[in-house]
Amino acid sequence: MREVAIVGAGMTRFGELWKYSLRDLFVEAARGALESAGADRLDSIYVGNMSGGQFVGQEHLGPLCADHLGMAGVAAARVESACASGGVALRLAYLDVASGASDLVLAAGVEKMNDGADVTAVLATASDQENEVYHGITFPGLYAMIARAHMAAFGTTEEDLAWVSVKNHRHGAKNPNAQFRREVTVEEVMASSPVAAPLRLLHCSPVTDGAAAVLLCPLSEAKKYTDRPVKIRGSGFATSTLTLADRENPAVLDAVQLAAERAYKAAGVGPKDIQVAEVHDCFSIAEICCIEALGFADRGRGGQAARSGMTALGGKIPVNTSGGLKSKGHPVGTTGVAQAIEIFEQLRGDAGERQANGARIGLTQNMGGSGASSVVHIYERGF
Amino acid sequence: MPSPRYTREIPGRYRLEAGRCSGCGKLVYPVRRVCPKCRGREFETTQLSRRAKVVTSTVIHVPPSDFQMQSPYAVAIVETPEGARMMAQVVDCDPNQVLPGMEVALEFRLLKREGRAGILCYGHKGVPITPGG
Repeated sequence: MREVAIVGAGMTRFGELWKYSLRDLFVEAARGALESAGADRLDSIYVGNMSGGQFVGQEHLGPLCADHLGMAGVAAARVESACASGGVALRLAYLDVASGASDLVLAAGVEKMNDGADVTAVLATASDQENEVYHGITFPGLYAMIARAHMAAFGTTEEDLAWVSVKNHRHGAKNPNAQFRREVTVEEVMASSPVAAPLRLLHCSPVTDGAAAVLLCPLSEAKKYTDRPVKIRGSGFATSTLTLADRENPAVLDAVQLAAERAYKAAGVGPKDIQVAEVHDCFSIAEICCIEALGFADRGRGGQAARSGMTALGGKIPVNTSGGLKSKGHPVGTTGVAQAIEIFEQLRGDAGERQANGARIGLTQNMGGSGASSVVHIYERGF
Repeated sequence: MPSPRYTREIPGRYRLEAGRCSGCGKLVYPVRRVCPKCRGREFETTQLSRRAKVVTSTVIHVPPSDFQMQSPYAVAIVETPEGARMMAQVVDCDPNQVLPGMEVALEFRLLKREGRAGILCYGHKGVPITPGG
């Protein structure tokens, strides 16, 4: 396997982008990635996208995206693993370069969620239609069940959940691409309208349009494109049961744990080596469960991390410096790639007001459904 | 969701039939083609009890369109004495009182009227068992 580097990145801002179609979003992010590296060709394109078919009635995104980029002819396909689609697209691009099959590959994510579709119903297709959705459960409802199980098992409180949102909005207020660039208080979170008890509106990531793209090549060729490449040190991918009821302990995200173990092993590092991380906070409880599964906090202790400052900028391990899905926004199929861009900028020292001091090793964790699939990548400064 | 697919779910959804793996004894609900524990292919049909205990729960305040008229409503993962777990609404009580540990009876109920045609969809809902009741 060859060593692989990220040499360019581009993304749209996140939000309700009424003037942008799915194809506009993709092209803006992809052009940004190519131009930042001075590249004018590609061997292949992987497009992470959860549900173009349901959100805008458009499938077959591979050729659509290649064509609109002015690159019809290039190998291109859509990659789907619900909200982990972007992370899986990145993994396939990484393997494509590492294997020696391709030398210049674009890993992209795109989602156009605000075009009139019934977003609750579309997102619910990432859970079990016959055994979960049929009974009236929603996605916030599934994570609410995870939250209540975590509270019952470990004493996690609603205030612990609120602190995750407060921290991530503080970070996101410093991110020019974030959908909600403003801070919130614990009181505001705890007084926001109930969505699925115990989760409230300000525990939930928003509905977002946006695209992101990164350019990958062999590390040995990275200097052709940039003086400051970021190396991908390891990639781990795992699944769990699709149905939440089938997991022995609903408060434990075992796919995240398994993906992390695989990524740590591939990279030859452990949780203590990670200096900055982007994790999948689709709901506040998810960040708590994920930092436990990643080994940043002990099982059951994740609830205290945001409040204590451990996972805030300036803390022991800053988590979601971008604002996370909560504040930056969560265009579902895009998120995994956008996370990689935040770590790319952090390790290059380009994160501005959000910069984590001296970070050399970072991690991204992206997941689909109620934690049924998860992908973890570990990165290192390559210059 | 297209309704013809519902007929396939009748044994599990209407009759609460589970499968016990002939190879390893694992209870699988609803029954599948392959045992998730030992990959066995043979199951004996097992009738589940019509009662269960809440494992975890939520109260839905922002519902899917077919459930608009019911909110707020409690949904729980419940476990039968045989060890089968399933998603079910818990009704006929204050939804905020549906918490882990609550004992419920599983009753056959109307769940929703689907889509514009209003097709009736049935299944089981939990109803709290009052102490001594």
